[in-house]
Formats: sequence, C-alpha cells, structure tokens
Amino acid sequence: MNLLSEPVGVSHYMIVGAVMFVAGVVCMASKRNLLGVLMGIELVLNGANVNFVAFSSRFLQSEEGRSLGLDGQLIAVFVIVLAAAEAAVALAITLNFYNNYGTVDVDRASELKG
Amino acid sequence: MEPINWHTFFFLLFSLLAVVFAVAVVVASNVVRMAFYLIMSLGAAAGLFFLAGADFVGAMQLMIYVGGTLVLLIFGVMLTAQGPFISMKTRGGDWILAALLAGILLALLIPAAFSVPAWRNRATPEYLAGVRERPATSAPLAMGLVGARVDRLAEADANRREGMAGYLLPFEIVSVHLLVVLVGAAYLARTKRRATAERRLL
Amino acid sequence: MAAYFDQFVPSWLAYLAAALVHAFLLLNVVAVGALVFIWAERKVSGRIQDRLGPTRVGGKFGWLQSLADGIKLISKEDTMPAGADRLLFRAAPYISLCASLCAYLALPFSDGWVALPVDVGVFFILAVMGLEVFGVILGGYASASKWSLFGAMREAAQVVSYEVPMGLCVVVPVLIAGQLDLVKIGQMQGGLFTNWLILHDPLIFCTFWVYFTCATASVNRAPFDLAEAESELVAGFHTEYSGLRWSIFFMAEYGSMFAVSGLAAILFFGGWNGPLPVTHWLGLTAENGALAGYLGNFLGMLNFIGKATLGVVFMMWVRWTLPRLRIDQVMKTCLKYCTPLAAVFFLGAVAWTYYLPGVDVRSRPLGMHYQRWWEEAAEGAAESERPGTMAAAAKPSLASFVRSQPQVVEP
Repeated sequence: MNLLSEPVGVSHYMIVGAVMFVAGVVCMASKRNLLGVLMGIELVLNGANVNFVAFSSRFLQSEEGRSLGLDGQLIAVFVIVLAAAEAAVALAITLNFYNNYGTVDVDRASELKG
Repeated sequence: MEPINWHTFFFLLFSLLAVVFAVAVVVASNVVRMAFYLIMSLGAAAGLFFLAGADFVGAMQLMIYVGGTLVLLIFGVMLTAQGPFISMKTRGGDWILAALLAGILLALLIPAAFSVPAWRNRATPEYLAGVRERPATSAPLAMGLVGARVDRLAEADANRREGMAGYLLPFEIVSVHLLVVLVGAAYLARTKRRATAERRLL
Repeated sequence: MAAYFDQFVPSWLAYLAAALVHAFLLLNVVAVGALVFIWAERKVSGRIQDRLGPTRVGGKFGWLQSLADGIKLISKEDTMPAGADRLLFRAAPYISLCASLCAYLALPFSDGWVALPVDVGVFFILAVMGLEVFGVILGGYASASKWSLFGAMREAAQVVSYEVPMGLCVVVPVLIAGQLDLVKIGQMQGGLFTNWLILHDPLIFCTFWVYFTCATASVNRAPFDLAEAESELVAGFHTEYSGLRWSIFFMAEYGSMFAVSGLAAILFFGGWNGPLPVTHWLGLTAENGALAGYLGNFLGMLNFIGKATLGVVFMMWVRWTLPRLRIDQVMKTCLKYCTPLAAVFFLGAVAWTYYLPGVDVRSRPLGMHYQRWWEEAAEGAAESERPGTMAAAAKPSLASFVRSQPQVVEP
C-alpha cells in the first residue's frame, strides 16, 4: 500500500516519458515498414511531451516557482501541432513512394545508393 | 492502512497503460495492431496530462494526435496494404541490436530522472487540494500564445521577468508552417493522371 | 458520496462503491436512452411513412419493443469470421462505446451537475467523440471482409473531414461566450430565452445549422451514413457483427447522437435554462436552501434532456426524409460548402463582436464572464508592479495590454 499512498513526483513522469521514448527509438530502428517508423516517431515525440507537461505541472514539485509554468504546456502544444504536420507530410511521401515502388519497405528506397 | 492517494493510483494506472502499450507497439508485427496499441498508449498519455493539471494539452492530445494523426496513419496503412493483414517480421539480429540500444538508453535516462532531488521530492500537502480544484488552463494558454504571460506576473526577479514574453512569434511561425504543410501534402499526395490507353484515344 | 460511504467501510471500498454507482448511472443514461431512442426512431419513421410502427409489445404504443429486441440480440449467436483479426474484432465495439460514454463525463446536465468539471469542456467532448471513429475503422478492418473495409475507409475519410467544419462552428459560440467551460456557457444564458446564444446575432443563427449538419455527419447518421450504406455495402462496417456486439455499436451511435444534441443545446439553446426563468420566479435556487436548489437543478435537467431529445428527434426526421448522399457528394458537402460557410460565419462573428460589441439583441450584455476575467488579470498585474524593479517599469505591463484591448464589452 505504500506504493499507492505516496504522491508522485516529476521523476515518475520522467520514467514514463523515458520508456515511451526508448520504445519509439527501438520502433524506428527495427521496423522496416515506413508507417512503423512513423509510429516510432510519434512515440518519441510523445515521450518528450510527457516530460514537458510534467515539468510544467504545479502539482508535482514541492517548491512553487520551480515548475516551468506555462512554458512546458505551450511547448507541448507546439510539439503536438508540429507532429500532426509532420505526419501529414510523411504520409504523403509514403503514398508517393508506394505509388512508385509498390511497397512501403524502407530498405527498398535505395536508388540514390552509389 | 494508509489512505490511498487517488492521484497516485490513477497515475499508476495510466502510466502502466502507456508503457505497456508503447512496448506492445514495438513487439507487434501487424501494422494495424501497432496503430491500435499506439492509440491506447497515446490515450493513456493524455490521461497523464489531465492528471498533471494540463487539461488543454490533454484534450489537444486526444483531438489532434489520437483523433487526427492516428486516423491518418491507419488510413495510410489501408491505402498501402497488399494483403489482408500485412505483417512484418524483424530479424533476430535486429532484435538483439534493438534490445542493446534500448538497454543503453534506459540505463542513461532512468538514473537521470532520479538525479535531481527536487524532482523526486514529492509535492506539498496542498497538492491534493490543488489537484481537486482544477486550475483554468485554456485562458492562460491562449494569452501565452498571443504574447502575454499571466502566470509570471508576480515574478519578483527582474531577470526572470525579462523572459516572460509570450509565444506570439512561434505561434505565427507554426500557423504559416501548417499552411505550407497543407499545401505541400495536398501537392505530394495528389492523384497523378497517367496517360492510359483510353485517355490517348480521347 | 464517497465521504458518506467512508463512515461504514474502508476508504478504498468507499471510493470504489461511489465510482461504481456513478458509472452505473452514466451507463444507464446511455443504455436506457438508446432503448427509448430506438423505440422513438421506429415510431417517428412509422409516422413519416404513414404507418403505425411497433404496436404489439407492451401496450398500445409498443413501449417494450426495444426491450424485446434487446432480449433477441442477447440470445443471438455471436459469430466471428474465420479470417478475422480476433483481438481487434472483439475490441472494436467497446472502443466505440467507451468514446461515446466518455463524452458524457464533461457534459453538464444542469447547473453544476457534471461528472468532470473541466475548464476545457467543449474541447474535451469534441476530442473524445472524435475517437469513436476508431471503433468503426478497426471493426471494419478486423472483419476481413471487403464490405466492412469499404465502410471503414469511408468512415475514416468522412469523420476526419467533418471534424474541421464542426470545430469551426463550435468555436463561434465559444468566441462569443469567451469560455470553453460548458457550465459557465450555460450559466451565461440564464434568464429569458432572448439570452440564448442562438439569438445573439444572425451569424450564430446560421452557424447552428451548419453545426447540426456536421454533427449529423460526424455521428454517422443518415443522410451521411455512408459507412453502413446498406444499399451499396450490405451493412458496411458491421456486416460481420451479430448479437450483442452489433447492438453495442448502436448504443454508441445513439449515445453520441444525444451527446452532440446536448452540446448543441448548451452552446446554442441555453442548456438547462428554460425559455422563461420559471425556477427563479418560484424561488428554486440554491440561495433558498439546498432542497430548493436541488429541485431547480432537477427541473433544469429535465429541460436539458428535453432539448437534447428534440435534437435527436430532429435527426430522425432528417434521416427518414432525405435520401442518402453518394460518397463524393458527402465529401463535397463538407469541403465545398460546410467548411467555407463555417469559416465565413466564424470571421463574421469575430467582426461582429469587434465592431458591434454594444449592438446586442439580448437583454443582458454579453461577455460578462470574460470581462471579469480580464479585470482580475489586470488587478493581478497592478499588484505585481512593485516599485524598484526595473523590468516592471521598462516593460509594458499586462494591465496596459489588457486596457488596450478593444474586445472588452462595455456593460
């Protein structure tokens, strides 16, 4: 019950963010499907967002004024908006790639290799 | 028995969901299942945002990320699918490399999370009361976006007051960026009219 | 409620019990609501087509028809295609239902009667309702059937497109109220019906109709039910579903129909405030004791439910009157008509509140709430201007920034 009765701090949020980030990096590195890589990017961005929001929160740190305040939330908002933009462009590129090569395997995109 | 801290309880619930489904995204081999796990993971992250008192960011995460971006992703999966259920296998060697990478990164990040005592230092006694009466988040955020910071008005330190400017310029840049992306994505993904036989006849 | 239970049982059990009671109530609002609406839909469609509708089960009007249907659905075999993705096929109806139920978390039924009083209520409801599409997409994909996949693709395209004009329409009342908090938007519209936001200016009156079109499309109702389209796609995304899972999709659909109608009732039609402030005349307010306040709120809730039900009945009327659109017509309606119209109304509402702030057909000046908010911010800024800090003297303060804003409406 000790686990449930103690309040959480920024560190706890940071661990969640770290695991999401690492899962995203591994996803980006190990998947060969373009869309799988995209999902990895989303996870990485979200891991970072968890940290931003945790640092901006007034509830998670003992000293008032230590928190980032609105900066963290505003940056999280920008990250979400830019991630949406990035996903739209990446999807358009993926569809174009699929139209030209008939596959979404990233290893097949090797035309520029010397 | 000590009383349960419900904030902690829900934090554990949401963080467990977020983490388990994030790992499931990596392990899954079917693309649509990956997308499903990603939805769950990002939804749980939105729950974490609500818990941290960032209501607007949480709602935005649900609306734009989960409701917009991921629908687009699933759309993309369906447009590029070749079989009924495409799956992709990762080779064994890749798994070992990936696990190594994950181990190194986690070994770096988790000690870093606990390295600053103030971060581990838990919240004040008023914290639960603060969690209950939810602060207004939309109006201060909007003020920040148009260039005025209402959360730093009481800042006594002159140096920090200098930095209290809002985010008007980044907001404008992001807006223009979105417009450019809209046009660019529409241009990239447009249907190309190939000169087919019927067309040549016409 | 949890505090009451706390006297008898351990704390965690008390909270669990309270949560269960709340969840049970919420679930029943949707489930019983769906039963009533399905019966109402049959009656309405019957009347529109000049027939009687159900008459046998449970008395003269066939009251118990939906219950009989429910028993039939429960006793049906729960089939699953051999090639289906089993996990997603099972999970899909529940995703839809969860999204639909979550919208009720932030929907106030009366003054302050809301499960989760969030400051971003409107935004939250829109966001959560947007998630309902996942149930349809995943269910359609997991069925491993071409009809289902077509339905799912159409649904994805349609819902993502219609979220844009719907969001723009919702922004118009939010802009006039200066609030995202549904409870406060409702409170602002108290008093005579002339205080309702739909009568604020002609632009918002037009906005409501665009909103209603987009809401009908986003909850996937006819004439926009392309995801089902039984004349083209057998039954669309739920071709392979049977029994209880199939009915859960429909519970979600009726639940979100009520939710969007309730949102419209709060944003445009004064929420729980009746056309005449009867509860005030009778003294049924919180100032005259808890019981009076409770009664007043209860009447307000009935009022709200009545308005939302009227919206649902209107959707049924539309469904049984208009023929289904083709998919290209659906997209055209969204991109060529609804989005530009919503954008024009939005800009018009901005111009209206900017140039004609005093011109107001309502009996009470607008923007009271956000004016107070600005004033509080200005006071806070005045306090923080301590003598001696260079930055305070050098930088233009928020107080002057606020005072220079023309949006503040004169009372």
